[in-house]
Amino acid sequence: MVKEDRRIRIITGYYGSGKTEFAVNYAFQLAKCAEKPAIADLDIVNVYFRSREKTKELEEAGIEVISSSVVEDNCDMPALSSKIAVPFLDKRYDYIMDLGGSEVGAKVLGRFGDTLDRSEVDFFMVVNIYRPETGSVEEIIHQIELLERMSGCKVTGFVNNSNLIHETKMEDIIAGDEYLRQVSDRTGIPIRYTTCMLEEVSDVDTLRKRVQGEIFPMHYNMRKIWM
Amino acid sequence: MAKVLLKGNEAVVRAAIEAGCKYFFGYPITPQNEIPEYFSKELPKIGGAFVQGESEVASINMLYGAAAAGARAMTSSSSPGIALMQEGIGYISKAEVPAVIVNMMRGGPGLGGIQPSQADYNMCVKGGSNGDYRNVVLAPGNVQELVDMVQEAFDIADQYGILCIVLADGLIGQMMEPVELRKPKERPIPAKDWALTGRNGGKTHRVYNLKLQAPDLEKDNFDLFKKYEVIEKNEKRHEDYKMEDAEFAFASYGTASRVVRTAVDRLREEGYKVGLVRPQTLWPFPYEAFDRPQIKKFMDIELNMGQMVDDVVLGCGDKEKVEFFGHTGGVLITVDEVCDFAKKIMGGAK
Repeated sequence: MVKEDRRIRIITGYYGSGKTEFAVNYAFQLAKCAEKPAIADLDIVNVYFRSREKTKELEEAGIEVISSSVVEDNCDMPALSSKIAVPFLDKRYDYIMDLGGSEVGAKVLGRFGDTLDRSEVDFFMVVNIYRPETGSVEEIIHQIELLERMSGCKVTGFVNNSNLIHETKMEDIIAGDEYLRQVSDRTGIPIRYTTCMLEEVSDVDTLRKRVQGEIFPMHYNMRKIWM
Repeated sequence: MAKVLLKGNEAVVRAAIEAGCKYFFGYPITPQNEIPEYFSKELPKIGGAFVQGESEVASINMLYGAAAAGARAMTSSSSPGIALMQEGIGYISKAEVPAVIVNMMRGGPGLGGIQPSQADYNMCVKGGSNGDYRNVVLAPGNVQELVDMVQEAFDIADQYGILCIVLADGLIGQMMEPVELRKPKERPIPAKDWALTGRNGGKTHRVYNLKLQAPDLEKDNFDLFKKYEVIEKNEKRHEDYKMEDAEFAFASYGTASRVVRTAVDRLREEGYKVGLVRPQTLWPFPYEAFDRPQIKKFMDIELNMGQMVDDVVLGCGDKEKVEFFGHTGGVLITVDEVCDFAKKIMGGAK
């Protein structure tokens, strides 16, 4: 489970792949087993649906939220807090970094250079094959290259987050797994998690038998109930 | 075609290109920046052109130029940017050249904020430019409808020679939903034999604005309004949701109507006979959809201070019958708030 991942989990992926929904769900899991969990919202790309919108719920669960140094959260200034680097040095932290989308979002990591010990990092790439630019094996591999080049980190695992929101069927998740297995064969990068939004697909046991990667059950946190 | 998961703003670009749009002129503004971003990547691939104007004023006039040359072209912006375009919107409307604008509304007035809003109803539906003119205004309620309406906007613009505005809000622009690109219904689209592409040995082509003789200008305006009458007859559109036995009804469009729809479901579960009338065209406005004597109250829910209320009153013919609830400045309404408001209006009437 999440406790077995490396101390610093950086969540990356193509724009709109579901990084933030995964990161927030991950944070709630981490809060159950970590002494000092923290999540950093490094999304300087998007101004809607950012993890900082869930600050209250995350803090109530005992998770420290680090986001912009600008107090107003309705702001699209690319301002990063200096606190972001604190958990790199303070090893009591279990840390999640929720990056903005695509290579533009991953660029933020460049700022931290050598202060970020890569051996402590799991660089998880979230993939939804129903999003543009990640709908084929070749496209996914191209995205990996872009993300790695821009961030200076190597992808250590995939998160198969293939879904069509309320229209998701189990077969859609499995189709994502099939693509990612091929990518995995070519790159050697394992599928670490397969997400399963329990509001859409509840038969986790059947899904578990049919996909690689640990099943990561999720709930909607970022979508409003009427969406 | 299989469904893909698209953000509203991305979907606009896919739909526009599917509809044959080859030229985009615009200037960046949150929350619609993905639109110019994607156009800048995609249009060169199909032999089109993306131009970032030096401002919204330049962009709308570039659109006027491309439309006058007969091209399928568009611009997009968000509220303050659309405000800047008003002069050009008037020029395009007078010249009767077909063009498309997408407005992903945000909080105002003035520079306002970057969160979603519907406060440009008056500016876009009633007209923010000078003179007697109308624009067709389509109001999508989800990303699929946004895709359908953007495609249709090009056909409507070409069919009538009119500026067609797709009026959505920041949330629809940023929201992700599964969509399918499908062909809009076939429309009779006249040849653009007026377009400024050269005489080619034939008669002179003209696209003009200035008419110095008042009676000539009046005649133009009368002709314009004859065309508007046809559009009013043909294009009014709305959706009824759970209206069959309704005694009370919400009036709402776009993102607000999404919240209201969930509120209707919840209130129905509690036994209230309530439905939703959702205008899909804001001009022409579906007044007849509100002409329902059996409805005791219309509850107008918007992300503004009640800009559609006047039209709902005109539709139902009784200002005492229309109540309003909304949030403004980028604050969203919640399902709980809508239900609480409705219960106050409906009292114990189940």
